[in-house]
Amino acid sequence: MKKIEAIIQPHKLEDVKTALQTIGIDGMTIGEVRGHGRQKGHKEIYRGQEYKVDFLPKTKVELVVPASRVDEVAEALASAARTGAIGDGKIFITEVAEAIRIRNGDRGESAL
Amino acid sequence: MTDKYRSPHTAEAVGRLRKLATCLLLALMGMGCALAETAEEVPKKLADLDKAVKSAQMSGDNAWMLTSAALVLMMTGPGLALFYGGLVRRKNVLGTMMHSFVLMATVSLLWAVVGYSLAFGEGSPFVGGLRYAFLNGVGADPNGDYAGTIPQQTYMVYQLMFAIITPALISGAFAERMKFSAMLLFMTLWSLVVYFPMAHMVWGKGGFLNGTLGGRFPAWDFAGGTVVHITSGVSALICALYLGKRAGYPHESMRPHSVVLSVIGACLLWVGWFGFNAGSAVAAGPLASSAFIATHFATAAAVVAWMITEWMIAGKPSVLGAVSGAVAGLVAITPASGFVKPMPAIVIGLAAGVICYLMVSKVKQVFGYDDSLDAFGVHGIGGTLGALLTGVFATKDVNDLRMGKPMGLVDGDAGQVVNQLIAVLIAWGLAIVGSVIILKIADLVCGVRVDKQQETDGLDLSMHGEEGYHFEV
Repeated sequence: MKKIEAIIQPHKLEDVKTALQTIGIDGMTIGEVRGHGRQKGHKEIYRGQEYKVDFLPKTKVELVVPASRVDEVAEALASAARTGAIGDGKIFITEVAEAIRIRNGDRGESAL
Repeated sequence: MTDKYRSPHTAEAVGRLRKLATCLLLALMGMGCALAETAEEVPKKLADLDKAVKSAQMSGDNAWMLTSAALVLMMTGPGLALFYGGLVRRKNVLGTMMHSFVLMATVSLLWAVVGYSLAFGEGSPFVGGLRYAFLNGVGADPNGDYAGTIPQQTYMVYQLMFAIITPALISGAFAERMKFSAMLLFMTLWSLVVYFPMAHMVWGKGGFLNGTLGGRFPAWDFAGGTVVHITSGVSALICALYLGKRAGYPHESMRPHSVVLSVIGACLLWVGWFGFNAGSAVAAGPLASSAFIATHFATAAAVVAWMITEWMIAGKPSVLGAVSGAVAGLVAITPASGFVKPMPAIVIGLAAGVICYLMVSKVKQVFGYDDSLDAFGVHGIGGTLGALLTGVFATKDVNDLRMGKPMGLVDGDAGQVVNQLIAVLIAWGLAIVGSVIILKIADLVCGVRVDKQQETDGLDLSMHGEEGYHFEV
């Protein structure tokens, strides 16, 4: 099993969700996060006081998939989240040791 | 702020009515008709009529003045509480709103015990006596010195609302770092030492600067340029200097946590200010209309002036800038509102918009003081500007207090500008000396500033044991 963590532009969440559902991925967890990579932040001015805002709003999508499907899912996610502009985000893939369904104790891929 | 501020129109109307009634009665009698009128009944009828007319006028004026009193209270809560509350960081939103809200209670009690008397009771030129202490003798009868057509109770409660918002304005300077107990002590002493005496000097009978009731230097301050905005704004600067900067200022981010709240607050202030300025006519006559209009147009001008100046200098017309411009305009027109025509009101508004913008965005940065929410830059400077320009633009065409003699520079009386300057200097001096002494006392009694950990945690948690926002369940 692999965990896919994707940091994406908040406005692409709907596209990403649809793309994943299209290939049969139903479960995911999302969160509102802030961060930045190479993308520059912006400047805000309140009564002449300037603030440089580096951390920008992003959406984090997390999902765990069977290892056999990870490339397909990552590809679908990336193409749905892509705008081509700087700040589109990143995808991180990690190994998952175990998964447990809380309701009935299922383990492994059947818990996904 | 006196009965005499009202134009003679009402009196004329009453006079005309009386004449008409007299003619009618005489005509009826002259006809010698079946009416059982005797010559003795005529004076009684006239007296009854007189009473009815007075009662009708009192109803009209009293309705407006009670409404105005409520409007001015609305300026403090929620107006100022929202305006200031939005400008601080999230962890201090409740503490900041509480500064305004709690004064609605504490100043009210102080006002009932001695405040009204010290401000409006007869006394020395500098402070009132104790004649009205515990509201003794403040009842349904009008006080002819101040407002002859409304119950003195109405006048008293109307003036109370001014005494509430004035110290609340100061709280913008020490936001996010003053201890709550020290704030209560400071505000109580400040009301006693600075506000009540200043209100007495300018508005009280026999006050040193009173324009119509025997002042040594008659200054025009229709709704509180010196009394409200200079005293609070200058005291705010002293507080900012005495308490020092907020931890992390200016390198840490101290962005307003919700400009949305500030916009709502500023809009409530704009609306409430009609009670503040037009209500200061203490009657519902034409002078109230004039003050209402001057207030509105000055504010509109200040919004545009601030917005354009900021757009040119900083590159974008910020929403916070636009609403700050409104407050600056409202402040500056306050002393002038019952003395100037609409076009000079617009000039005052334009000047306030540009000058206050430069104060908060440039001058503050140069000197480096942390007047957190710009109480000095907007109220101290806007109030000073308005008080001086009142001397320039006051005209007998709007408010003929001197029976045809010139009221200000535009009428040909340059001396009035000097009177205004004296009032400004006294207000500045009293605010500086009073605030320094009171801060020192408060510091000795309980310490004025929260400790470092409390400041890091935020006033909401450290002073009040609460948080403003819980987005989770």
